Amino acid sequence: MASATLETRENRRAWGFVTPALLWTVAFFVIPFIVMAAISLATRKGRELVMAWNLDNYIAFFEKAHLLKGLFVSLEITFTVTLISVVLAYPLAWIIAERIPQKWQRMALIMAILPFWTSYVVRSYSWLLVLAKNGVINNTLMHIGLIAEPLELASTRSATVIGFVHFFVMLLTLTIYANLVQMPPNYRRAAADLGANGFQVFWHVVLPLTLPGIMVGAFLTFVLCIGDYITPQILGGNNELALPQIIMLQLGRRADFPMAATLSIILMVVVTLAYIACARWLKMERT
Amino acid sequence: MFRHVSTGKTRNKLLGGAATMLLGALAIVPSAQATEELNALVWCDHTDPALIEPFEKEYDVKVNLKEYEGTGAGLSIIEQSRPGDWDVMVIDGVDVHRAVEMGILAEIPADALPTADLFPEVVMADNNVVDGKTYAVTEKFGYNTISFDKTKVDPKDMEDISVIWSDKYAGRIAVYDYYLPVIGLVGLGLGIDTADLGADDMPAIKEKLFAMKKASKQVGEVVSSQTALATGEVDILVGGGEWITAVLSEDKPNLDWVIPKQGGLRWAQSIAVMKDSEKPDLALKFVQYILSPEGQSRLATSSCYWGMPANAKAGANLSDAQKAALRWDDQAEYLKNSQLYPIPDADLDAQMQDAWVEMLQQ
Repeated sequence: MASATLETRENRRAWGFVTPALLWTVAFFVIPFIVMAAISLATRKGRELVMAWNLDNYIAFFEKAHLLKGLFVSLEITFTVTLISVVLAYPLAWIIAERIPQKWQRMALIMAILPFWTSYVVRSYSWLLVLAKNGVINNTLMHIGLIAEPLELASTRSATVIGFVHFFVMLLTLTIYANLVQMPPNYRRAAADLGANGFQVFWHVVLPLTLPGIMVGAFLTFVLCIGDYITPQILGGNNELALPQIIMLQLGRRADFPMAATLSIILMVVVTLAYIACARWLKMERT
Repeated sequence: MFRHVSTGKTRNKLLGGAATMLLGALAIVPSAQATEELNALVWCDHTDPALIEPFEKEYDVKVNLKEYEGTGAGLSIIEQSRPGDWDVMVIDGVDVHRAVEMGILAEIPADALPTADLFPEVVMADNNVVDGKTYAVTEKFGYNTISFDKTKVDPKDMEDISVIWSDKYAGRIAVYDYYLPVIGLVGLGLGIDTADLGADDMPAIKEKLFAMKKASKQVGEVVSSQTALATGEVDILVGGGEWITAVLSEDKPNLDWVIPKQGGLRWAQSIAVMKDSEKPDLALKFVQYILSPEGQSRLATSSCYWGMPANAKAGANLSDAQKAALRWDDQAEYLKNSQLYPIPDADLDAQMQDAWVEMLQQ
């Protein structure tokens, strides 16, 4: 009886702690999401919003090639950025965790995340100047005689990818570094004692144990990259549109909230699928 | 177990800190605060302090400016605002009817405006007056045509619109990211007047739009288009005009613009008082200031972009160099060889915007 009362009291206390966060989530996520989902079933007639409760906007998304292409552009950019960021961030995190003396590691991490301190927009515009026809890169390459004509770097997908990678390498470095420093050194010693060479230790011990860090960082990169509007808008030169840019066009130019809501829901579905894949993989890793 | 941190000492520290912050905050508030505020939804040329500050000082008012590009964006902002949030709006001349139909503009007493002083061609009563009532007044105009770097391209080539979809300058062209003027220009290139542009013309227009995109390096808004041309990133800007090059006339004399033989698009921006404004008198005073010769000369040479003032009397306040950059003396010919923006209905507008996004995705 006494334990039941204690359990009830504990439950109430737990609910007391959880309720504010729950209310926050309901007010600022669940309700707006339901409203957005409802609006996605409406249609825009002239400047009027008509609650048609049909799937016309979703059908239009799959029928209109330029809208569907927005999703593919977003996915291509996101996968490219995630892959390059992982490839660059892993050695950087490993060097900081393994090769830099412990007393300098904090400083090295600060140096690695220093670009985070700059405004995201300013950083994107800075890249535009660096990549421009008469920017730092082209001027340097021409000065040292490697190229005769300036390369077309700005206003391209490559520029968008570079801008993204610059940002996400920092993020991935942090998640991978956190994983590396938590790994007991005995594992590597044991593997070495059993005759594994340096590469084998990395491949069979270090890499598998740091995969959760890579996956978490990669998922965050995926989510932030696929939903980003600023970088492709500034660095891509509008030469192709990612899905968030198309969403902004629906809002800014056409005030077509139903289509904007539809595209946002589709984007959320993609992110959710990525999350399910990531969560499932992490669960499988643990079992 | 909880520990009280709000001891007397801590409380004193907190109060002291709060007092310091309050004093600091008071120190940064300007000593002479404006007694009233006016909220204006404007194009970027109105954000130049040289234009706004004289009005603020004269009427002891703070003008809050929200910048937008394209009528769709402006109407979208209004739809997301509460009635009364905006007092004044700058709007594309060809879209005044649309705004009147939405019931967002107030009637302006015709005798409160210097209509007789405006260039007759830009009074545009068909656009600014609905059912005999004046809802807006033209404040500035100019042309969407072709801007170019005359040291890098052959100026003769620029006299034919078809150059924008030819291969001759492929990769050296930027396109101004506003579908209406550029589609209008493409239409002119195909021999279609902007007033006659219809859904049947869209397949041919799309074909040329796609060809133009293939030949272009970028599609961007005002600042990035201007920057691209000024920095040599591109040599031609489709949709440009004096509003892009005149502001750079001193630093970049190599930049020029032309109205091709097929004609160019004439843009005209109007200014209006919002129907739900709680300060209609102050809003009207702002409109009158903008239309005055002083306001007009400042607006014409605004730091964001230059353009011809609608009020001919503004010429007295402009220098010869400024007039030359605006091509003041050539206006009669330019006005004759230019057409207003297309005015699509909702369906055609949707088709045009779809075509524009399709072009961007090419």
